[in-house]
Amino acid sequence: MSDFFEQFPTVFSALNVGFLQTLKLFAVTLLGAIPLGLIVSFGSMSRFKILSGATRTVVWIIRGSPLMIQLMIIYYFPGLILHNPIWGSGEDGRFLAAAIAFIINYACYFSEIYRGGVQSVPRGQNEAGLVLGLSKRQIFFKVTLLQMIKRIVPPMSNEIITLVKDTSLSRIIALQELIWAGESFMKGSRGLSGLIWPLFFTGIYYLAFSALLTALFNYTEKKLSYFKI
Amino acid sequence: MAILEVCGLKKSFGKTAVLKGINFTLEKGEVLVILGSSGGGKTTLLRCLNFLEIPEEGVIKVGGKVIFDAGNSAVLSESEIRKNRLNFGLVFQSFNLFPQYNVLKNVTLAPSLLKKGTDQEITQNAKQLLSKVGLSNKEESYPCELSGGQQQRVAIARALALNPAILCFDEPTSALDPELTGEVLKVIKSLKNSDMTMIIVTHEIEFAKNIADKIIFVDNGVILEEGDATVIDAPKNERLKNFLASFS
Repeated sequence: MSDFFEQFPTVFSALNVGFLQTLKLFAVTLLGAIPLGLIVSFGSMSRFKILSGATRTVVWIIRGSPLMIQLMIIYYFPGLILHNPIWGSGEDGRFLAAAIAFIINYACYFSEIYRGGVQSVPRGQNEAGLVLGLSKRQIFFKVTLLQMIKRIVPPMSNEIITLVKDTSLSRIIALQELIWAGESFMKGSRGLSGLIWPLFFTGIYYLAFSALLTALFNYTEKKLSYFKI
Repeated sequence: MAILEVCGLKKSFGKTAVLKGINFTLEKGEVLVILGSSGGGKTTLLRCLNFLEIPEEGVIKVGGKVIFDAGNSAVLSESEIRKNRLNFGLVFQSFNLFPQYNVLKNVTLAPSLLKKGTDQEITQNAKQLLSKVGLSNKEESYPCELSGGQQQRVAIARALALNPAILCFDEPTSALDPELTGEVLKVIKSLKNSDMTMIIVTHEIEFAKNIADKIIFVDNGVILEEGDATVIDAPKNERLKNFLASFS
């Protein structure tokens, strides 16, 4: 037991460093995927059949294949197949590759949620705005937008909480995130070797972080519960 | 002079002709009731007057001024349509209130976005309209807290807030329980007493007989019979006879 108390500060600070990388990947993914998802959803709702068909095919491929494979393809393909290692060999390159894979993957999921939100607003809301002489812009911002947001908050919270845990997939390209940090103590790190508990301990970080997000989303849902649609 | 003149209105969806040449006129302060079985074109006619559908042929004049002419694309721009549709108000079968706004804001939203007066004037006017439809005590309520009848009365106040020359009702009581129908019909009747020009699509035959200055029977895209409220008691057209018989 005294071993544990000696090891804890070393492990704790290493896990914090890993968690910071996890957090960074989480934040960058959201910042990229939330707007990119909007563009993808416009593509899949487009009246131009070719554009909507192409967009929906991409969404199908991305949603239909494992994120882990997408990560590996994006990271290894340029170097191993094209012999042009654009990502370099450092942690920054791994982060960039991981961020791009995550943003594309999550943008596709978000786009489907947005599409559902847009299509769930009854046509009558738009028509009521029209007969009251409002412009399309006024109808979108003053009438339908908040109704869409209310509809997409629950599925978005679901995806975002999934993202917290999905960041661990970037371990596969050796991004030095939380899981990588925990696992490193099994193989010897900072003079400690053969420790399994740090890996399990990473679970507490994920749990605590998703608890925080859950509270945040519950608060948002409650804020929007004053009206029904 | 007639406040509304509709000439040769035609509208089809794909290959289905829904309106095959509709002509009628309406005087200021008159109430026109449109009868007809479902799918006959009544709702499409109202939707054309409100530019929710654009007719392929025909002319619509309000107060002698052409506001729609299928042959003249100058009146078909989006901004022209937005301006001209304000001659008409429309009350929907399914109310279509804005769920995220309270009753007062539902009524004031469009007038304030369209800058129809100062905030104070708009609010004052909205409060008066809400008291007219008997909902002064519900100003702060949200649509989900109201009964269907109350929601429809808010929808009427909302349409009146823009002061339309002609108020249209698309089966205003069809989505309501029978015991809530009365309160909505009462409000419509009170509007007639204040000389509102109205076009009402309804299946409430007794109400139609009571309120109509003019009745048209639309079937299969054409007007088969036209007259004052007495056509309900003495229909000439066979189709109208059968239609009315189905209610008794």
